[in-house]
Amino acid sequence: MTIANTITEMIDLFALLPDWEERYGQIIAYGKDLVPYPEEHRNETFRVKGCQSNVWLHPTFNGTHVHFDADSDAVIVRGLTAMLMRVYNDRTPEEILTTKPDFLATLGLDQHLSQNRTNGLASMVKQIMMYAFAYKSLGSQVNT
Amino acid sequence: MHVNLIAENTIASEFPILGRSVHGKPLVYLDNAATTQKPRVVIEAISEFYMNSNANVHRGGHALGTEATDLYEGARQTVADFLGAASPTSIIFTSGTTESINLVATAWGTANVRRGDVIALSEMEHHANIVPWYMLCERVGARLEVIRVCDDGSLDMDHLHSVLSQSPKLLALTHVSNTLGTVNPMHDICAIAREYGVRTLVDGAQSVQHLPIDVQAMGCDFFVFSAHKLFGPTGFGVLYGTEEVLASMPPYQGGGSMISTVSFEHITYNDVPMRFEAGTPHIAGAVGTAAAIRWFDGLDHDMLQRQDAELTTSITAAFLHIDGMHIVGNAPGKVGIVSFVVDGTHASDIGTLLDSMGVAIRVGHHCTQPLMQRFGVTSTARVSTSIYTTSHDIDVLTTSLHKAVAMLR
Repeated sequence: MTIANTITEMIDLFALLPDWEERYGQIIAYGKDLVPYPEEHRNETFRVKGCQSNVWLHPTFNGTHVHFDADSDAVIVRGLTAMLMRVYNDRTPEEILTTKPDFLATLGLDQHLSQNRTNGLASMVKQIMMYAFAYKSLGSQVNT
Repeated sequence: MHVNLIAENTIASEFPILGRSVHGKPLVYLDNAATTQKPRVVIEAISEFYMNSNANVHRGGHALGTEATDLYEGARQTVADFLGAASPTSIIFTSGTTESINLVATAWGTANVRRGDVIALSEMEHHANIVPWYMLCERVGARLEVIRVCDDGSLDMDHLHSVLSQSPKLLALTHVSNTLGTVNPMHDICAIAREYGVRTLVDGAQSVQHLPIDVQAMGCDFFVFSAHKLFGPTGFGVLYGTEEVLASMPPYQGGGSMISTVSFEHITYNDVPMRFEAGTPHIAGAVGTAAAIRWFDGLDHDMLQRQDAELTTSITAAFLHIDGMHIVGNAPGKVGIVSFVVDGTHASDIGTLLDSMGVAIRVGHHCTQPLMQRFGVTSTARVSTSIYTTSHDIDVLTTSLHKAVAMLR
């Protein structure tokens, strides 16, 4: 599914859930879909800094697409991570870099992007962008 | 007849912010250890100062300058009376508890602490009462000795004796733990420290809103607190020091107001307290703080003490009914600061869901990472009450917490 379609699908689903309990229920449910995080990468190198809960993000690059494994020890944060993965996982660096996390505001989740750092979503988005930027530079070096 | 004080509490009506909603729910503010809300009289005093009396202090022979100076120095007297200090010259205005401690660690520390010396503190200190001492130790080659905390969250008094017997230069200790709610018996501790010839700094950041303070009866050398945790403005704080100790201290920051004479060849410094207040101070902060103290002093403190105890008991009792609940810190006589973890849930998730229900609590390490390690947790959720907390707030908290835990399991 394209990034645009993925985002539209989530926005449409959330529009059907006006109650905060149902929304958080859905976020927690998204978290249950995350593929198990590889234990060998559950370490300080791949821990996202600036989160109150532990969040891990491990990238791999196959030359065209960036694959992420991600996890958190808090279930709401894991759910938010899973939503980011739906959008940003297995995309090209260009796709990632041109997709701003504006959809979180549309979903009513922009409070989670605050500098308050209660769950580190902002740090996670920044980390995803940094990996994409690094792989983009790597890709352009390989091509030249 | 038993009067349920917390059900009858109407102080909240004096705090405009407590009438607002968050996420469409009435706000239940239970993060008072982080900061307290401000009563209308404090907001009005600060506004009134800028509307009518604003001018710089200690300079300029005009009417507004005199008025502002009188307000600023009047605030020093108000703070001195509030703390039971012998004189307003024992009161130094700072930006908060953190700066007060840094001032002592830098000015007093540099003059008095040498290579091989010891600074004593405890496992329950806030980072603000650890890091400045760590930095001092690094600078001069001294070392920290850390007094242990018992399993119930009280200070290990045997270990206190053993650490004091090593003749530390200073004992820097919190009066009330911001994470555990433990009240350290500072009168006794300062007396013990004096027997060992050890100077004391008491971190009163959490105690000022919960306990009556009398620095002379306590017998400490330094006492520090922040106005914003006492219904006053942010960015304003106090360092109390005995006149003897303050007079012996070199300046902290250089600038205007802290000097007597300046030439490029020679500078003489002003007397205490001006020596430690370089530059234009936070005048409105002083005015707001004095208003907060005058308002707070006018309340019935015997009633507030009983109310505080009732709140702590009622939170603890309500939490007993939550499956998998562990309260971190159960010291006898603790104040209304309750840290907890619930099996099978993460504190961060608890905080997020409570927020959705309008309940504001703190989650995290509470700037006490060594204490988190001591209790084998990485973070806790923390409920902290204040004088305006009602039994209804605790009911909403309890219902919301049951709901949050059910959603997370």
